Amino acid sequence: MPVPADSGIDPIRRTGSEVSPFVMEVCMEQTQTQERPRSSGLTYQGAEVIVAVIIALVSVLMMVDALRIGTGWAIEGPQPGYFPFRTGAIICISSAVILLRALFGKHPNRKPFVAWSSFKMVLYVLIPAFLYVLVTQFIGIYVASALFIGGFMRAIGRFNWLKVILTSVIISVLLFYMFEIQFMVPLPKGPLESLLLGY
Amino acid sequence: MQDLLNLFHGFSVILSWYNLGMMAIGLILGVLVGVLPGLGGPNGVAILLPLTFTMSPTSAIVMLSCIYWGSLFAGAITSILFNIPGESHSVATTFDGYPMAQQGRAGEALTASFTGSFFGALFSILMITFLAPLVANFALEFGPPEFFSVYFLTFASFIGTGKDPFKTIASLLLGFGLAQIGMDNVSGMLRLTFGWSELLRGVDFLVVVIGLFGVGEILLSMEEGLKFEGVHAKINPTVVWQTWKKLPKYWLTLLLGCVIGAWMGFKPGGATAASFMSYGLAKRMSKNSDNFGKGELQGVLAPETAAHGSGCAALLPMMALGIPGSATAAVLLGGLMIWGLQPGPLLFIEQKEFVWGLIASMYLSNVVGLIIVLSTVPLFAAILRIPFSIIAPVIVVVCAVGAYTVNNAMFNIWVMLFFGVVGYIFKKLDYPLAPLILALVLGDATEVSFRQAILGSQGDLTVFFSNWLVSAIMTAGLLLAFWPAISLGWGKLRGARAK
Repeated sequence: MPVPADSGIDPIRRTGSEVSPFVMEVCMEQTQTQERPRSSGLTYQGAEVIVAVIIALVSVLMMVDALRIGTGWAIEGPQPGYFPFRTGAIICISSAVILLRALFGKHPNRKPFVAWSSFKMVLYVLIPAFLYVLVTQFIGIYVASALFIGGFMRAIGRFNWLKVILTSVIISVLLFYMFEIQFMVPLPKGPLESLLLGY
Repeated sequence: MQDLLNLFHGFSVILSWYNLGMMAIGLILGVLVGVLPGLGGPNGVAILLPLTFTMSPTSAIVMLSCIYWGSLFAGAITSILFNIPGESHSVATTFDGYPMAQQGRAGEALTASFTGSFFGALFSILMITFLAPLVANFALEFGPPEFFSVYFLTFASFIGTGKDPFKTIASLLLGFGLAQIGMDNVSGMLRLTFGWSELLRGVDFLVVVIGLFGVGEILLSMEEGLKFEGVHAKINPTVVWQTWKKLPKYWLTLLLGCVIGAWMGFKPGGATAASFMSYGLAKRMSKNSDNFGKGELQGVLAPETAAHGSGCAALLPMMALGIPGSATAAVLLGGLMIWGLQPGPLLFIEQKEFVWGLIASMYLSNVVGLIIVLSTVPLFAAILRIPFSIIAPVIVVVCAVGAYTVNNAMFNIWVMLFFGVVGYIFKKLDYPLAPLILALVLGDATEVSFRQAILGSQGDLTVFFSNWLVSAIMTAGLLLAFWPAISLGWGKLRGARAK
């Protein structure tokens, strides 16, 4: 997803009085970087256009795949692509209308899609979550969860190490107890579990 | 009479310690997921569904439907105490609920909303008890064209509800597209897999629900930089009793809320509309209409009664026709298929114990739910005071675990993350998510009924207008589908005439 540039909205005014220490810190960072030249950034209109184009591409993909398996009528009835092709066609038409309305509508929404300061917060969850899923594949979900929760608490909540370690380990152990022992549902495990518990 | 006997049989099924325990667990979990940001009814049920694979279908549906009721109750807690509507149908509750809480009348507002919810639900359950068997009986005559027309009507009724009908259509049909991924169950051909073996079994709707509603919601909450500043709730028997004494005065508001809820719940996506409609009507008919928005008891009572009522009524078409009336009902319906039950009118004949067990449990769980929420509100309000920097990662972990357990595949967690981003963008751009979920759940059934219908008629599309019943349903569906265009044209016509 394209990253919107500095939108120029004053984040302190935007968040009002309910400012958490973390937001505050981001805000201060923001005011410091306010000097740099402003680019236009991604507006709602821009986001509408991008999403409509992506949906249109998806619909084209659906129709192409449907053409491969046949969209017409065979001896045994409608071919497998009959329904998907028509579904794709309707999506294509709707996304074209959405696109045209976003581009040439009477009231284009030129407000920024997301202010950089708030988008940063989104990235603070999204990037660690991505890493978390990646790491889960190698060291199992329990250790990865403890690291993820602990890291998040430390980096964003600024909790002291004792609380961080206690909370993250307890939650992982609870997960393990609930899924592996109570419900007997195996979750992905890694080297630590095999070392300690022989899984 | 037969229905009453069946209902008593249903009660005898439910009244075992095991099922009552499941009910209590479900209700408490439901309030919990309803209170926490990022976990609502639909994905609370989706995350826990895999854990019920080994239970008997009746116990499983009792627990999962109780999660649904719990989350419906919970909407009022966050709306009144924190001014944060957990789901769109509790937006109207914040109008008067939060001002009341600020005036120190939080207990009164909560009691009124829970009690209203209870009556709304009771009304809808009574309707289900007597109407659902009739609807199912009627639907037994349905052939593929009739079923397709009912599906069509369901989807069409979404189109007029969103902000932009074209976005609703796009979202709806993308759901169909997702349902088509994998093996075509008529011809066995692979569709939309592009040679990717992970896609062979298709995209599971549970994973999509967890991504769209769970991860997407967390991203949105993060963007808003939420810090929950709530009003403390004091609720004790005196407050409850005082509030209950006031309620009979508002019988008309309650009754209207019940009727609106039951009526709107029939149709998909009705809860939000029902709550606003009920609020508006109550305001118009009240003597204190100036006080609405400043902390009027009726302003809490009306939307909650209708929202909860329509949430319950959404199960009627789900049980009788196999068509869910809300996103959570769609997930429950998916559960039926996983437990090996065939949703649709035959359910009332082949799975009597299941159906009537569920209906009986609805009566019981709403009573138990009322008692639980009235007694545990402070506890749940305290949960919201846990810092978001702990709650956010824990919810992501819970979502990841839920997505993985659907069919023990790592790929699912990636799909969940992807749909988290999709959900975040779609929500910001007003693409409605419920139609997508509904189409994903019903996509296969819709396509099969369509193919069977035109196979029977050798490709002649007039089969959808071959008798009065199917023609009527199709016409209603077409009217609803083109309603935005019709009303636009009508408006222009009148405008032109006025000139």
